[in-house]
Amino acid sequence: MSSPATTPATQPQKTSDAPAPVKKSLFARVLTRPEIGAVAAAIAIFIFFFAIAPAFRTLPSFATVLYASSTIGIVAVGVALLMIGGEFDLSSGVTVVTAALCAALVTFQLSLNMWVGVIVSLIVALGIGFINGYLVVKTKIPSFLITLSTFFMLRGINLGVTKAATGTVASDNVSGLDGFLAAKAVFASDIPLGFITVKITVLWWLLFVAIGTWILLRTKVGNWIFAAGGNADSARAVGVPVPKVKIGLFMGVAFLGWFYGMHLLFNFSSVQSGLGIGNEFIYIIAAVVGGCLLTGGYGSIVGAAVGAFIFGMTTQGIVFAGFDPNWFYTFLGAMLLLAVLVNLYIKNYAATRR
Amino acid sequence: MTDTLAEHADPTLHAGEPLVEMENVGKSFGPIIALQGINLTVNAGEVACVLGDNGAGKSTLIKIISGLHPHTEGTLKVDGNPVTFGSPREALDHGIATVYQDLAVVSLMEVWRNFFLGSEIRKGNYPLAPLDIKAMREIANSELHKMGVVVKDINQPIGTLSGGQRQCVAIARAVYFGARVLILDEPTAALGVKQSGVVLKYTAAARDAGLGVVFITHNPHHAFLVGNHFIILKLGRRVLDKTRDEVTLEELTSEMAGGRELAELSHELKGR
Repeated sequence: MSSPATTPATQPQKTSDAPAPVKKSLFARVLTRPEIGAVAAAIAIFIFFFAIAPAFRTLPSFATVLYASSTIGIVAVGVALLMIGGEFDLSSGVTVVTAALCAALVTFQLSLNMWVGVIVSLIVALGIGFINGYLVVKTKIPSFLITLSTFFMLRGINLGVTKAATGTVASDNVSGLDGFLAAKAVFASDIPLGFITVKITVLWWLLFVAIGTWILLRTKVGNWIFAAGGNADSARAVGVPVPKVKIGLFMGVAFLGWFYGMHLLFNFSSVQSGLGIGNEFIYIIAAVVGGCLLTGGYGSIVGAAVGAFIFGMTTQGIVFAGFDPNWFYTFLGAMLLLAVLVNLYIKNYAATRR
Repeated sequence: MTDTLAEHADPTLHAGEPLVEMENVGKSFGPIIALQGINLTVNAGEVACVLGDNGAGKSTLIKIISGLHPHTEGTLKVDGNPVTFGSPREALDHGIATVYQDLAVVSLMEVWRNFFLGSEIRKGNYPLAPLDIKAMREIANSELHKMGVVVKDINQPIGTLSGGQRQCVAIARAVYFGARVLILDEPTAALGVKQSGVVLKYTAAARDAGLGVVFITHNPHHAFLVGNHFIILKLGRRVLDKTRDEVTLEELTSEMAGGRELAELSHELKGR
């Protein structure tokens, strides 16, 4: 029988239990954050345009910058999660347009309520994401090739189906349909915040970033995403359902693509079928600039948001500063190269023995 | 240092009790026979060593026990009940945990995230329930320390630990989550002498804690240090099956090096 009086005999062994947690300096901790490079670049770019372009300094132009950032940032949340999970989606840019066209054509051609088209296009988009994911996990063919195939197929479908249904290369104008105004309020309205009026996509973007970060860092699924991208075999060996995680990530990209597609449709009332091509790379660049490793297993959603913000600042800043906008892609390429180099350094720092 | 491992092992384990029994187990991939007629018993508190050259069928054997490939012939019994595993999760649910050579851990993830990977503690049971990060950090930190694995900072990426330490974290994790059978796939293959020693000591501690251990290796010296029972595979078949009392290190080494084939070759070469 162990009475409290006798237990101290075994205590000395227990006192040396857990070592005190090592306190790293703030500097060392900040340096190991994946988004550090992007944050530094964002500050530098902000100061640059703030200094040279007077038009950049006003609140309305800041709202424009935020809007441009949100149009990239929403899908970039999903793309960054997918990249951390070790996969790519080259079809994300055209999936946006497929969803928008689908909603417009279904609703207009069948004379339905706008919300029917919204729901049908959501199902179609999630279906595309599921097929991408399912093919990748079942065939083990690199997602680069699978989604490159879906990219081309969707690109053709977007043009072909639109031409067949409307006789032109754009969808019908849906602004007169039932439910249009309600849908526009959700996906494309202007929100006055007192001192600044922003597009609602900015608020959705911030919400998706918050949710994405929560999932990645605070839930079991987030742990699985890191593991699926970092080392799928060892994740599987400890019971992580890697195929389900990856399929879910592809569907997440498709969901966010659908969301942005809805914004395009309700903002402009009609969608050009050739849009969206090339945007998949912008999303990927936002994620990589934000610190996501191309090889998976490492990255941050906040970083991808900062990457999108850099993109927004630059597209608008070049215009405000009166530069020739043709230089934009040169700048984007240089940013990407710099980001990749910074990421390499951070990864090596994080993965070496200390 | 590692004697406290026993306190964490499943208390229902009794040394000598058979945990996993393979009877005439085989595996073929279409027309290719990878493994044939394997009889192997893993007893609690004992280390069964499976030795063999590259392509001998060692990996196929562990993949059957750990649930990555179902077997196609014979019976696999766990605690006396015949089973066929469809996934590693099913094997884990039967208390069979596998620690792979290079893939034991996800190197860019923090030590505590690795420790709880696949068995995370949550503050609720609904989808997207938050992780109990504080509890996981504390448990991982104190459990690793108690089981004799010294980690400087539980928040450091596990890739910053030495190879031996990484293997030990993986083993400690398996023991903490109630593994009764531990499959170690070439745990010392990529390690230097000193780091191998760390892992071998840890393997012995798991054995003494009453776990059944399957130790896969191509190094007879390492096997002989910890093993109770030795099986040598060659081209998918068993060519030697002896207990520790019946075999010497020399016999294991020579059998691994090729045994009779080697003797014949040596005879042939001398004859010239």
